[in-house]
Amino acid sequence: MNHSKCRVCGEPAIIDLPRHNANFCAEHLLQLCRRQVEKAISDHDMLAPDDRILVAVSGGKDSLAVWDILIELGYRADGVYIGLGIGEYSDVSGGYTKAFADERGLTLHTIDLRGEYGYDVPTAAKVTKRVPCSACGLSKRHLFDKAALDGGYDVVVTGHNLDDEAAVLFGNALRWDIEYLARQHPVLPARPGFPKKVKPLMRLTEREMAAWCIVRGIDYQVEECPMALGNKHLAYKSALNAIERESPGSKSAFYLNFVEKMSPLLAGLNQAAAGQLNECSACGSPTTGETCAFCRLQDRVGGHDPVPVEFVLNKKARRAYLAAQAAGE
Amino acid sequence: MIVRLRQPKREIEVDGHRTVNQLLDQLDMNRESFLVIRNGTLVPGDARLDAEDTVEIRPVISGG
Repeated sequence: MNHSKCRVCGEPAIIDLPRHNANFCAEHLLQLCRRQVEKAISDHDMLAPDDRILVAVSGGKDSLAVWDILIELGYRADGVYIGLGIGEYSDVSGGYTKAFADERGLTLHTIDLRGEYGYDVPTAAKVTKRVPCSACGLSKRHLFDKAALDGGYDVVVTGHNLDDEAAVLFGNALRWDIEYLARQHPVLPARPGFPKKVKPLMRLTEREMAAWCIVRGIDYQVEECPMALGNKHLAYKSALNAIERESPGSKSAFYLNFVEKMSPLLAGLNQAAAGQLNECSACGSPTTGETCAFCRLQDRVGGHDPVPVEFVLNKKARRAYLAAQAAGE
Repeated sequence: MIVRLRQPKREIEVDGHRTVNQLLDQLDMNRESFLVIRNGTLVPGDARLDAEDTVEIRPVISGG
């Protein structure tokens, strides 16, 4: 039996949201999420009603939720999914993405990293001897940009949520990395060679997004990416959630007040945006050098024999990965 | 009650009844990082879980 009642209608609640000091039923949780997305879009001029939108989808809760919310709000949004070649994790993620699009009759573009570019994320990590998330992020940014430009889309939407942004901000602030702090904004305007990119979930937490998917009956990849296990981003999220538990609302105040109060003070300090860019000699993408980072990565790792996921994990991550395999995940 | 956990997937048994928040505290899980689902439905922190319930504790944090 539940004791708590929905703040809006008084019916039994399904979730408590301490940062709002309130509980909500399913209907009013969805209403809260929609309103937060509408506010983000309106406050930051993210989307126009007739924009052609490309949603970068991974099969996880956030990207499927933002796609679902945008369609519900009446936007024209297609999806793009990249098969990153991270073993069974990628197969399952791709399956959830395809099922979501098929069930709703939505257009989904699919890119296969190994099939089309000759490498996958584990192999890139092994060959470059860098953390897997580095090659993964670089590949995704480049290919999402390219898919948007080639497809004539006005804007790329990503599923980055409040926890993601707060964790990135936390990491940047720990190092007082002014360049990165100046770049961290929920809207990146279009520039020559780059599409506009926006983050409509900037006001919603991971917990709220998972709840959206459960209430809406959206099946998504619940398991963590094996390559991300033990990364710094997760450690920052855990630290922020420890603070949030003691002081509800801290996480949103940390990030949303940064956007409102600090970002304007940092405007103009983003050297990358201000600097002169050349065209990549291989693919034509904007770059500060002669060849872009994506083409350099592809040059270095393309055609290399595939490396299994477990060969590029640290000890702790490998143990967790093998335990998950044994449990049949 | 039977409690289904993730990462890795496993099941544990917990004796007696308690609230969702008491269960999460007992398992040293931060309420901010998990949702609890009973019979396909989310349940809030003060919901009472009974000995015969089967619940899933789903992590919501992702590292990508």
